[in-house]
Amino acid sequence: MRALDTLGMSVQAIARNKLRSFLTTLGIIIGVASVVAMVHLGQSATRSVTEQIASIGSNLLFVMPGTAQRGPGGLRTSAENFELGDVEAIRNEVAGILVAPALTTSATVVIGNANDTIPVIGTTNDYFAVRNHYLDYGREFEDSEQSAGAAVCIIGKTLIEEMFLGQEPLGANIRVGRTACRVIGVLVEKGESMGQDRDKIILMPVKAVQRRLVGELDVSAIYVSALVDGTTGLVQAQIESLLRQRRNPAAGGADDFYVRDTQDIAQTLESTTNTLTVLLGAIAAVSLLVGGIGIMNIMLVSVTERTREIGIRLAIGARARDVLTQFLVESIALSTLGGIIGLIVGVGGTWLVTWQLDMPFVVSPAVMAVGFTFSVAIGVIFGYFPARKAAMLNPIDALRHE
Amino acid sequence: MGPVNVGVSEISQSSPCVVEARDIYKIYGSGATEVRALDGVSLNIRAGEFVAIMGPSGSGKSTCMNILGCLDVPSSGEYRFRGVEVGGLNRDELALLRRNFMGFVFQSFNLLPRTSALSNVELPLIYEGVRPAQRHELAMQALTTVGLADRAHATSAQLSGGQQQRVAIARALVTEPPLLLADEPTGNLDTAMAGEIMKELVSIREQRGITILMVTHEPDIARYADRVLFFTDGKLVRDGTPSEVIP
Repeated sequence: MRALDTLGMSVQAIARNKLRSFLTTLGIIIGVASVVAMVHLGQSATRSVTEQIASIGSNLLFVMPGTAQRGPGGLRTSAENFELGDVEAIRNEVAGILVAPALTTSATVVIGNANDTIPVIGTTNDYFAVRNHYLDYGREFEDSEQSAGAAVCIIGKTLIEEMFLGQEPLGANIRVGRTACRVIGVLVEKGESMGQDRDKIILMPVKAVQRRLVGELDVSAIYVSALVDGTTGLVQAQIESLLRQRRNPAAGGADDFYVRDTQDIAQTLESTTNTLTVLLGAIAAVSLLVGGIGIMNIMLVSVTERTREIGIRLAIGARARDVLTQFLVESIALSTLGGIIGLIVGVGGTWLVTWQLDMPFVVSPAVMAVGFTFSVAIGVIFGYFPARKAAMLNPIDALRHE
Repeated sequence: MGPVNVGVSEISQSSPCVVEARDIYKIYGSGATEVRALDGVSLNIRAGEFVAIMGPSGSGKSTCMNILGCLDVPSSGEYRFRGVEVGGLNRDELALLRRNFMGFVFQSFNLLPRTSALSNVELPLIYEGVRPAQRHELAMQALTTVGLADRAHATSAQLSGGQQQRVAIARALVTEPPLLLADEPTGNLDTAMAGEIMKELVSIREQRGITILMVTHEPDIARYADRVLFFTDGKLVRDGTPSEVIP
C-alpha cells in the first residue's frame, strides 16, 4: 500500500465527518493554543521586566534605611533616614560612582484649575545620570538654587499633558504643597513601569523639599550608580562598611539600612515570572492532555461505528497493519491539524494580549516547535490504542457487526 | 514481506483442485452448550467449477464458505487452497491470500458508504499498491464488464440494489482472482434483478474461467450452478448436479 494512498484514505474519512472531526480537533486546538499563548506571555512578561530594569539603570544601587529580609514574608522595619552628610561621605570615600540623594514625598500640586497629588523627589543634578532619566528641555538646578533650597522644579511629561493641558510649562509658577514653585525644566518621557507612571513626577532641590515640604533635614534614600560595569558588588561592600561606621548601630545588631542593586531586583522578578510561566504552561499542558483523550474517545467511537467498514477492508485483502496505519494516520492528521490551528490561534492570542497590555511581543520558535511536536505525539499515543483495536478485529466478526 | 510472498507463491496454477477440504470442524462453545456448525465436512472443488452450497438456516453453509474464503478458521481439519495448507498461514498471509486469489460478494453488498462506485472498486488495488492511473483504468474496465461505466462516480446511496451488487462484483473481480465467493448474492434483490445478477455471474465465468462458490437457499438460483452441495446440521449430505440434488 502506498503512503500517499493511506494519507488520502485518512483525509477522506476526516472530510466525510467534518463536524465531528472539527470537535475532535478543538481539544487539541485549545490545548496547543493555551500552551503556546501562556508560555509566550510568560516570556513576554520576563522580557518586559528585564527591559524596565535596564531602563532604570543597570548598575544602580538603592541605599535605603531600615532592614530588609529577603523572600516571602520578609519584614521591613523602619529606621532613621540618612543625612546629607552620609551622601557626601559616600561621594568622597567611594571611587567610580555617581551619587544622588533622594527625599521622596508627595504633595498636592495646583496648576491653573487642575490639582493632583504628585510624587516629589528632592535631589541634585546627579539624579539625571544616576536614574538614567534626563532633561528633555529647560535647565538643571543652579548651585545657588541647590544650596538655598530655592523653589524651582523640573517636571515630568505627564504633568504637561494632564495639568498644563499642552501650555508652555517653562517659567510658569505652580503650587507644590504650600509653596509657589517655578518650572525650569522638563524630563524626557519614560513611560509606564510595573503600573507606575514614571513621568508623573516633580524634581526639586533636596533642600527645598526638606525645608518647604517635609520639614526634616534628612534623606529617605540614596541612589548610587557604578560607572564601570561589574563593580556594583565592590561598591556595595564599600558603602555598607562606610555607613556601618557612620550610623554605628548597636553592637552585634543588624544593619539598620540595606543596599539593593537592580540586578537583584531583576533576578527576583524574573524568577517570579518564570515560576508563573511554568505554572501556567503546566495548566495549559493539562488541557492538551484532555484534548488527547478527546481524540482517543472519538477514535474509539469511530472504530466501533466503522467496524463493518473495517470488515469489508479486511475481506478484500487489507492486512492488520494496513488498518492500523489507516486509523493511526487519521488520528495523527487530526491532531496535527489541531496543532497547526492551535499555533496560529496561540500566537494570535499572544499578539492581541501583548498589544493590549503594551508588552513586548515575543515569538519563540522553540516553544512553537515543542507545542507542535506534542500535538503530533498526542495523535500517535492516543490514536494507537483505537487503531490497534480496529486492526485486531476478526474479519468475519467485523463483517457481521450491525 | 519475504515469508508471506513465499507462502503465497507456492500456490500453483497446475493443481486441478482449487479447494481441498478434509474433515473440517467448526465448533462453538463446549460441553452441554457445544454447537457443531461444521461437523466433519470434506469436499473438493475443481478449477472453473460453479458450485452452489444449499441448505436450511443453521446448516453451516455460510460457516463453510467463510472458512473456504479464509475469513474464518476451522476448529480442526485440513484445508488446502491450490495445494497450500491454509492452516499454517498467519493473519497477514491470509489477508494476502484473500487479496490476490479471492473475490467476495455479499448479500448486503458491503460497499463503503458515501464513497463512489469507482473508489469502491479501486479499494483492493489500493491495498495492492497499484498506482492511481493504472488503478482508475482497471477499475473502469471492471465497471464496464458489469455495465456500470456510466455510474462510476455515483455513491452507493445513489445506486439501486442491483447496481450496488454489480459494483460489488466489479470490486471482487478487479484483482482477477481465480476464486469468487458469493454469500447469498441475490438475497436482497427482487426476482428480476436476481436473474440479471446470476446471468452476469454465468457470463463472467464463461469469459474468465473463474471458479465460483455461491451460498444460496433458493433452488432457482442454485440451478445456475453446475454442481450443488447440500448441507444439513453441519454435514454435507448431498453432492451432485442441480437436477440430482434439488428435488
